[in-house]
Amino acid sequence: MYWNKDIECMDRERLTNLQVEKLRATAIRVYNNVPFYKKAFDEKGIRPEEIRSLDDLKRLPFTMKSDLRDNYPFGLFAVPKEQIVRVHASSGTTGKPTVVGYTKRDIENWANLMARTLVFAGGNKNSVVQVAYGYGLFTGGLGAHYGAEALGAMTIPVSGGNTQRQIMLMQDFGTTIIACTPSYALFMAETMEEMGIDRSTLKLEAGIFGAEPWTEAMRSEIERRLGILAIDIYGLSEIMGPGVASDCEHKQGLHIAEDFFLPEIIDPDTLEPLPYGEKGELVITTIDKEGIPLIRYRTRDITALHPEKCACGRTMVRMEKVLGRTDDMLIIRGVNVFPSQIESVLINIAEASPNYQIVVDRVDNYDTLDVQVEVSPEFFSDEVKVLEALEEKIRNAIANVLCINVKVTLVEPKSIERSMGKAKRVIDKRKF
Amino acid sequence: MVKQISVFVENKKGRLAKITDVLARAGIDLIALSIADTANFGIMRCIVSDTDKAMALLRENGLTASVTNVIATEVADRPGGLAGVLKILDEAGIGIEYLYSSVRTPNRNAVVIFRVEDISAAEQALEGNSIKLLDEKEIRGI
Repeated sequence: MYWNKDIECMDRERLTNLQVEKLRATAIRVYNNVPFYKKAFDEKGIRPEEIRSLDDLKRLPFTMKSDLRDNYPFGLFAVPKEQIVRVHASSGTTGKPTVVGYTKRDIENWANLMARTLVFAGGNKNSVVQVAYGYGLFTGGLGAHYGAEALGAMTIPVSGGNTQRQIMLMQDFGTTIIACTPSYALFMAETMEEMGIDRSTLKLEAGIFGAEPWTEAMRSEIERRLGILAIDIYGLSEIMGPGVASDCEHKQGLHIAEDFFLPEIIDPDTLEPLPYGEKGELVITTIDKEGIPLIRYRTRDITALHPEKCACGRTMVRMEKVLGRTDDMLIIRGVNVFPSQIESVLINIAEASPNYQIVVDRVDNYDTLDVQVEVSPEFFSDEVKVLEALEEKIRNAIANVLCINVKVTLVEPKSIERSMGKAKRVIDKRKF
Repeated sequence: MVKQISVFVENKKGRLAKITDVLARAGIDLIALSIADTANFGIMRCIVSDTDKAMALLRENGLTASVTNVIATEVADRPGGLAGVLKILDEAGIGIEYLYSSVRTPNRNAVVIFRVEDISAAEQALEGNSIKLLDEKEIRGI
């Protein structure tokens, strides 16, 4: 089944022509409307009208997450603010979030792309889609929601958390497709087992799981324990949100919606494009976005592309499961976390030493983040309540910036390992 | 009034053993000792035979420690002994942050260490009620 067969199975030549046309139009639009891009194009000596083939893509400037921060909040928007109907945001590398804006047409396109993804998972208008991604500035909840509605499915906007209630609704409403992070799916499976829920009382057929890295082993476990098809979906708010790429039922890599997004793989050191099949950093150019089109956005995700036509009949290029990053970003329960954000919080708390270490683990399929902070001798107190108040203060300040709860542990000074040169700030014990 | 040392104890196996070992090697004697613990860390509070030397050693060993003034009282070792002292402080409106007792017991009496916010008020109240307070020299002599 397809959502839009003509597009999804388009032959390469027609697709390429469509992409060149859209790329050229996007380049002209950002050149004329976004001062950042005018400057970047001019510096490279490129005029957008000169774009004649996809080969010209490599001549265009890159866009980095820091460029969004430097132009915070709306500096990279390519339309006047009155045309923006929604904003979303994700964590920036420091205190300020990365903000993206959508026009009415962008929202419609996004909904269509998410509907396409839901069809990959076997969805149709008879489906009952339970959206257990968080609703809010995070793109997961609303992205999946609008897609499910565009598909014509019955949409349950339950958001994250409250697992027993999720399971009750799943039973009572006859949920067929669940959308959440893969670790939450496993947590739900465990809770069901604990509650003694008989699988046959559920109508669940498939899940679209994303927002965090997960392994094939985890996929098998979810499929076995929930008795469903587990689909990996990929997206990032800078590009659009969920729906940029998704597995089909053959699970041979995630089909990128190439009619909207031009993917490239580059060597993160030389920045040179790499051929199909080679691992490197994924770079995406949005070629049909109005609110905030991005040229050669460096995702920092490591993957490889495979162009061969898939057994499902789709021609759209497939990307391998993302299993690494070229920067130090962590994904904790689906939320992007940069160690630098935690550092900036600690620097602003006089009693806390800026010597810290982050220990990440996954306990019972739940990501934990422990921030270990050295006690500074000047602020050491012999009273428990004073030190506990300090822990609480740090915990609240971090929760304010990251929007997730973390554990804070005070440790002895100098107990955090000092390596030669750069301090080792992150210990990630999770296995992907 | 006597000086007490407080040491931050990370919640990690062997930390207390290390701290006490540092003191033992230098021949420093523990006269009174208590540990406050939370889920994440502990604070070891102690009165030692040589406060300055102990502090220098702890710092040399990278430990976080501080000196706090506390009150040491001699309390009759019988039912109601401590209750009587606490009643005096309560009536004087003095709040207690924490208290613990010494490992040594002179004259068949117990020695109880108090940490209060207003030391001089507490001392006044206790002395006014004939409670024996120990000074630096006395506590090290018991």
